[in-house]
This record gives sequence, structure tokens and C-alpha cells, in this order.
Amino acid sequence: MKLKNLTNGLFKENPVFFQMLGMCPTLAVTTSAENGMGMGLATTAVLVLANVAISMMRNIIPSKIRIPAFIVVIATFVTIVGMVMEGYVPALFSSLGLFIPLIVVNCVILGRAEAFAFKNGVMDSTLDGIGMGLGFTLALTVLGAVREVFGAGEIFGMSLFGDKFEPALIMILPPGAFLALGLILAGINVYRARKAKNVTLEKAA
Amino acid sequence: MENASILIIVVSAILVNNFVLSRFLGICPFLGVSKQVETAFGMGMAVTFVMTLAGIITYFVWHALLVPLHLEFLKTIAFILVIASLVQFVEIVLQKISPTLYSALGVFLPLITTNCAVLGLALLNIQYDFNLVQTIVHSIAAAVGFSLAIVLFAGIREKLVVSDVPTPFEGFPIALVTASLMAIAFLGFSGLV
Repeated sequence: MKLKNLTNGLFKENPVFFQMLGMCPTLAVTTSAENGMGMGLATTAVLVLANVAISMMRNIIPSKIRIPAFIVVIATFVTIVGMVMEGYVPALFSSLGLFIPLIVVNCVILGRAEAFAFKNGVMDSTLDGIGMGLGFTLALTVLGAVREVFGAGEIFGMSLFGDKFEPALIMILPPGAFLALGLILAGINVYRARKAKNVTLEKAA
Repeated sequence: MENASILIIVVSAILVNNFVLSRFLGICPFLGVSKQVETAFGMGMAVTFVMTLAGIITYFVWHALLVPLHLEFLKTIAFILVIASLVQFVEIVLQKISPTLYSALGVFLPLITTNCAVLGLALLNIQYDFNLVQTIVHSIAAAVGFSLAIVLFAGIREKLVVSDVPTPFEGFPIALVTASLMAIAFLGFSGLV
């Protein structure tokens, strides 16, 4: 059991910002920080459950039919999580809409099942699921917050700037999703380039 | 949307509610296989083929199997299984019947299983309560919309390679900004329906 499995997914191997996985829900549901976080947590739940189940069955599933087996396991948990959400958080369920059943085809989940859970023990897979899931949640919440702040002048539904602020509605509309993610990724690139430069300067000194 | 005429479904699925640029379905192939117009076109054709078939088959699975048996809650599992086996089946059949078509579309087929556009289409068809004709029309139109978006996008990206892009924006960021501008252009169609 290694703690590294937990922290990897959060920053260094963040599924959205560095691996470019799970783009559809990332762009579609992040019209507000709350929606992004809700989607992220729903995905995390499915990811952890699927990782645990697949890790437990990794010696039973023949490797030739592993992908269909993974998909059935994931689809089962998505159905369960969807039902729970419909029962307890109906407002969030209806605002995420189509993208709840579409968690099935989120490449992050299938990717972790194939790359991690099928090869590692239950505890490690649980940690990996939690880490990757929270990394995904973090990315969606950040993107949702950026779009909400610029597009509606609010964060988690609280008004930030008062009445004088003219929100840029475009950020809430579909083009804003592409634009916000593009700018965030460019920002991360700038940060990484600076960091790499500092490291080489330190080495030189 | 229940009694929408055929023409409205077509215009709406291709331009107004474009699968990629306004519904955000099928973003992975849209960003992943859009470096060249030729491959983008291949992907578009493969998706069109699978989406049309999947739309028709899931229609029958839903109306002939799940609804009579009151198993509506199993739709996610049932549809993804249908789509996964359909993709596999299409791959095998194409390999036998038309090797030329297979060599053109082959590499894209396995990717389509996890293309959310296909599952999304099946779920949308049910949500809108389409009849069989509307289902077929909507499936084809949605796939054409996807192909249109990915081919146009690939065309722009081919030009982007040779243009001078600020270093932090190289690669994905500039592609996303481009997609954003395309989405703005498609927003212009929103008054059509």
C-alpha cells in the first residue's frame, strides 16, 4: 500500500489537465462550480467502486474478454450511483442529465481499470481510485469555478462583484468551455516552463 | 420535440445542437484524431456507420425488450453492451466483406465503443421519444454533424501546424481555443429552429 497512489492522480497525473481524459463531461457540465463538483464526485464514486470490484476479480476475469467485463462492471455501478443521485439529490441529477449515464464511457474509469486495477491489489486500487477521482473532481471544480466567476459573477451561487459587474455570458455557453480549458492549460504550461527553468538555473548555479 | 418534423430534426442535429460543439459528445475523437483531414474524414465515416446502426438497434432493444419487460432502469448497461458488441461485429463483418473499407475505417472502430456520442445518441433518442423514422433520421443527422465538425476542425488544425503559436499555447491549448471559436460560429445557427 503506497500513499503515492493517492497523490499521483491529484496533481502529477491529473486525468484532465495532464492526461486529457474524460473531456466530454469536463466540458459539458462545468457551467458552475457546483455542477463540476457534483459530476466529479459522482465519477469518483463510480471510479472507486469499479476499481475495487475489478481489482478483486482480476484473477477471475480472462484477459481476452477483460474490456467487456470492465464495461459491465462500470455500467452496473453507474446505474446504482445514478439511482442514488436521483433519490437524494434530484436537482443535481436533472442538471447533469444525460451525462450521468455517460459516466460509463468516461475514459478515465476504463483507463484506470485497464492500467491500474487489473494489475494491483485492492487497497492500492482503492487509493488510486480515490486519488484519480479527486483529481478529476478538482479539475472540474476549478473549470466550473472559472466559468461561473466570469460568466455569472458568482461562485457556488454566491454573488462576488455586486450589481456593477457585467457577466460575460459566453463563458457559460458552450464556447466558453473550450476557451476556459484552453486558457487554463496554457497557464499550466507557463507555470511548468518557469519551474523547469528554475530547476536548470539552480543546477547551473 | 415529440412531433418534430424531419427537416427540423436534421437542421437541429447538424447545426443548432451540433453533437460536438454544443452538446459536447464525442470530444475525445474530436480532439484526438483531428490532426489531418483525411483521418478525420475516416473517423467521421466510421462514426456515421456505427451511429446509424446503433440508433436503429437500440430503438428495438428499448421498445421490444426493455419497455415490455419493465427493465427501463437497465438501459445504460443494455445499450453499452449492444454498442460494444455492434462495434466488434461491424469490425469482423467489414474485414470479411470489404477489406478496402476495413483498412480505411479499421483503426477507428475500436475507439468508437468509448465514444460517448454513440451512447449519448441512443439515450437522446429515447429521451425525445422518437419513432423509428425519426430515430433513423436523427442518428444519421447527428453523425453528419459530428463528421462536419471534426473535418472542419482538422482543416483548421492542419493550418495551425505551420502557423506561429505562442509557446504556452502549443498543442492542446490552441486546439481548444480554435474549437471555442468554431463553437461561437455554430452559436450563430441557434435562431434557426
